[in-house]
Amino acid sequence: MDLNYTPQQEAFRAEVRAFLAENLPVALSEKVRLGKRISKADTETWNAIMNAQGWLAANWPKQYGGAEWDAVQRQIFEEEACLAHAPRLVPFGLSMLAPVLLQFGSEAQRQRFLPRILSGEDWWCQGYSEPGAGSDLAAVKTRAELEDDHYVVNGQKTWTTLGQHANWIFCLVRTNPDVKKQAGISFLLIDMTTPGVTVRPITLIDGEAEVNEVFFDNVRVPVENLVGEQDMGWPYAKYLLTHERTNIAGVGFSNAALATLKKVAAATMTGGRPLDQNPHFAGRMAQVEIDLMAMRTTNLRVVSAAAAGQAPGAESSMLKVKGTLIRQELTSLLRRAAGPDAMPFLPEYLDGGDNQDPMGPEHTAAAAPAYFNMRKLSIFGGSNEVQRSIIAKTILEL
Amino acid sequence: MDFTLTEERSMLRDMLGRFLAENYDHETRQKLLQAGETHNAEVFAALAELGVLGALFTEAQGGFGGAGFDIAVVFEELGRAGVIEPVLGNAALAGHMLASLANETQQELLAEVIAADLVLGFAHSEAGSRYDLSHVEATARLSGDAGREVITLEGVKTQVINGAAAQLFVVSARESGGAWGQNGISLFLVAADTPGVSVTTQGNIDCASGATRTLENVQLDATRRLGVGGQGYGAIEAAVAQATLAICAEALGAMEAAKALTVDYLKERKQFGMPIGKFQALQHRMADMLIEIEQARSAVVNLAGALDKPRLIREREVSATKNLIGRVGALVAEECIQMHGGIGMTGEYALSHYARRLTMIDHQFGDVDHHLERFIALKSA
Repeated sequence: MDLNYTPQQEAFRAEVRAFLAENLPVALSEKVRLGKRISKADTETWNAIMNAQGWLAANWPKQYGGAEWDAVQRQIFEEEACLAHAPRLVPFGLSMLAPVLLQFGSEAQRQRFLPRILSGEDWWCQGYSEPGAGSDLAAVKTRAELEDDHYVVNGQKTWTTLGQHANWIFCLVRTNPDVKKQAGISFLLIDMTTPGVTVRPITLIDGEAEVNEVFFDNVRVPVENLVGEQDMGWPYAKYLLTHERTNIAGVGFSNAALATLKKVAAATMTGGRPLDQNPHFAGRMAQVEIDLMAMRTTNLRVVSAAAAGQAPGAESSMLKVKGTLIRQELTSLLRRAAGPDAMPFLPEYLDGGDNQDPMGPEHTAAAAPAYFNMRKLSIFGGSNEVQRSIIAKTILEL
Repeated sequence: MDFTLTEERSMLRDMLGRFLAENYDHETRQKLLQAGETHNAEVFAALAELGVLGALFTEAQGGFGGAGFDIAVVFEELGRAGVIEPVLGNAALAGHMLASLANETQQELLAEVIAADLVLGFAHSEAGSRYDLSHVEATARLSGDAGREVITLEGVKTQVINGAAAQLFVVSARESGGAWGQNGISLFLVAADTPGVSVTTQGNIDCASGATRTLENVQLDATRRLGVGGQGYGAIEAAVAQATLAICAEALGAMEAAKALTVDYLKERKQFGMPIGKFQALQHRMADMLIEIEQARSAVVNLAGALDKPRLIREREVSATKNLIGRVGALVAEECIQMHGGIGMTGEYALSHYARRLTMIDHQFGDVDHHLERFIALKSA
């Protein structure tokens, strides 16, 4: 047992911190700090900076332009990036599709797609959920029928995050409707500029169009865009979800949110004293901090096992459930800290415009939208109920 | 960063776990309790032989461990088996104070403690102390000539852990200051058979035993003083930090044992034609319990790693960990009883023993509310 980082890991942290201090544009970090919306251009700017440093693809092998960081290094980067208010790296190409291509794709697919993820030429989105397939992902109905050297795709995807920015989508499609539902699924890469693809944004509870519906109407996809084998997409999809969950604890986000919350609670006056001296508020704040202190260690226990080569299995389900509950509690407290100033809805301000100012202190404008947005955490990536069922089945063997 | 146990600690854990599985099953423990004994002397001697007591002390103190992770490993196994033998109050608490404060002559007592030839107790809290470590109304008065001083103790010490079994007590008494002041508390070594020391013992609901020790005109010579007069508080706080880690790790072992009993029960018990573990309502509650027990394990790791850190860091972890363990302990006790149904309520069944101990651990060294408030206060300090 040794709870300390190695000198190499500490040096790595110092390197990351120095890099962020020097290269993260203040205009960007201010947007993140204030909870403003991050535009497509913002994301592209940050991706380019990270790519120039060779750090964009943290978990890819070096031969494909990755940084080849281990799980502890990735965790360290995540913590530092969150504390510095760096925009998050959009994961769909970098840490969801790429691991699947590296594991199951052809060399031609790797050569074709991976460099374009790094360069920003392609923006990927995820075509998993459908109106009738949410937590029950294997129920996907979008059909892909082979005609000569093309699949013809018909159907609908939904909750497609940032699909409005994307030019490519990786999809789970049904290629065989006559077998057990998990057995007839394929993993298909679709160029969204192909005729028959329609994207319709969905405005969410926080007023932002973060997700989309994507419709496929006789969309012709060349067979070389099939990943792995036909009808074998389900294990690839599950592999991807495991990768999706390695950083699911969100400890970096929670650390940053707690730091913000403490500042806000000390600076907000209520009944003639700072909010952090209200016993009820202080109690809730302390409670979530204590949970987060334990969560950091729970996360590191899983991360260090992963760095030692053990694949994260059902442990990631534990991290997901508890990690998301902690993040949601923190955003809930930040909303309450904003008091009446949480009420005004200022979309122009949130979009970075100059014509609207927050009515209260700077942190109040985004408090309610962020709170509402974070309700998604316990729904997406396999709802927390699905995670509990995984734990019951896999770990408890019930 | 490394979350694996050293080879020595793994061996100790495995050996202790095996010994307890073979020699300390629930039925054996039940017989011991029904006989009205505070503990089994043979088992206690065997535990000492296995190194349970030595693991709690450093090499310089005559042991072979003494670090937070040694304490955590030992007490998790003791908690898993529901061991009632006097390890906590004896070695972890009073032993720690003796080890940190003793002069050369007093140090010799440690070898006897480690060999289980001497059982220590810690007589500190008093009526009304609740969880406040600085509350001492018992008095120590100095009289006699220089070189031949006599110390006279007066007071009533309640909830003395191992109070019935201990042969020698570390006793706190006040030489100056107000009843709740941190300054002015002194520590003394008092043999159980010293004239003026009387005892009333009690059984506790978690099957441990406690006692009230009354000190009436107890006369000691100056060699019985432990540490510097009036400055006992720091040592008390440090010893309680270590004992808190010990019972948090004990709670973790009890949680794991209660969880295992409940998972087995969910697989065996059939209602409506199927094992009740097939019902999602129970699966999800069990999954939540498992998540919280992993958090409890992390909290124990955090405190074990902080035990040798500067006071403020250490004490913040004490309060954070004790608060979390208290919450998870109640969750595990209550949920395991509920998922068992009526059988979980029976006094004979092992689960109710774990549930009782888990619940009473929250009443030792500060409960959930006490430590939440303390955590907040330490933060702003």
